[in-house]
Amino acid sequence: MKNKIFSISLIFFFLIIFLVFYKGLQNSNIYTPDLEIKKNIPTFKAQIFDTSNEISSEKIFNNDQYYLLNIWSSWCVPCRDEHPFLVYLSNKKNLKIIGLNYKDNNKSAKTFLKKLSNPYELIFSDRDGIIAIEWGAYGVPESFLIYKKKIIKKIIGPLNKEILFEIEEIIK
Amino acid sequence: MNLIRSIFLIFFFLGSNLSYATNEDLQIKISKNLRCLICQGQSIHDSDSEFANSIKILIKKRLNEGSNEKQIYEHLKDKYGEWILYDPTFNKNTYFLWILPILIFLIGGGIIFKLFIKKKN
Repeated sequence: MKNKIFSISLIFFFLIIFLVFYKGLQNSNIYTPDLEIKKNIPTFKAQIFDTSNEISSEKIFNNDQYYLLNIWSSWCVPCRDEHPFLVYLSNKKNLKIIGLNYKDNNKSAKTFLKKLSNPYELIFSDRDGIIAIEWGAYGVPESFLIYKKKIIKKIIGPLNKEILFEIEEIIK
Repeated sequence: MNLIRSIFLIFFFLGSNLSYATNEDLQIKISKNLRCLICQGQSIHDSDSEFANSIKILIKKRLNEGSNEKQIYEHLKDKYGEWILYDPTFNKNTYFLWILPILIFLIGGGIIFKLFIKKKN
């Protein structure tokens, strides 16, 4: 009798393990970051691009309107591809585009903007990439749509037509 | 007497060496416990990507500012989610993962013990 209970519980135990692992096999093991997070924006102080002045994040995103924070760099090729979309968005009345110049040097960044035009209301520099980490960014390019000091949409990678359409729908 | 003195000296220098290296060691330890999210199978410590390098700078900065190991993990978990930690915390999604080895050990031990007693009898 005792042996029977033991064998049944053993079978039951391994069955549970099998089920758990079987279920685990079906889960995706590719990391997909959350894109729809309504997180508060981080607070930080950053140097304004091409000046020695510092500005705090509270002063940048304080109005009751939409902001698009775009992390860009002159050495990043996809940033060139998405630039026309940013220029297009900069004409929208209720959207301000803020740039975060990521691990770049001033001279090439300035040439980049001169060549492709400057869609940014304000740019601040992130020499060592720490501010991008505070935003939870993975690299360049990356954009964050912000409303009332909350991140309402995170775009990893360059902007494209579909994303542009989505942004236009949100800020309507 | 000489022997005691040299042992004391060795321990003294070893001890002072350790205390000098602590912050850097901790920095390496933390970066080894963090997953590089844009790499394949590499820790922040192993990777030389822009992302990993920025995190290394952040760890150094936070340690210098007086944050401890746990606070740094919490900070990065808040930014990137639990996936960035190699060591998953104990919660409803991971309790089975933590309990399973103990259960297997106990049940395996029980089986061996039972067989052993049977053999003895």
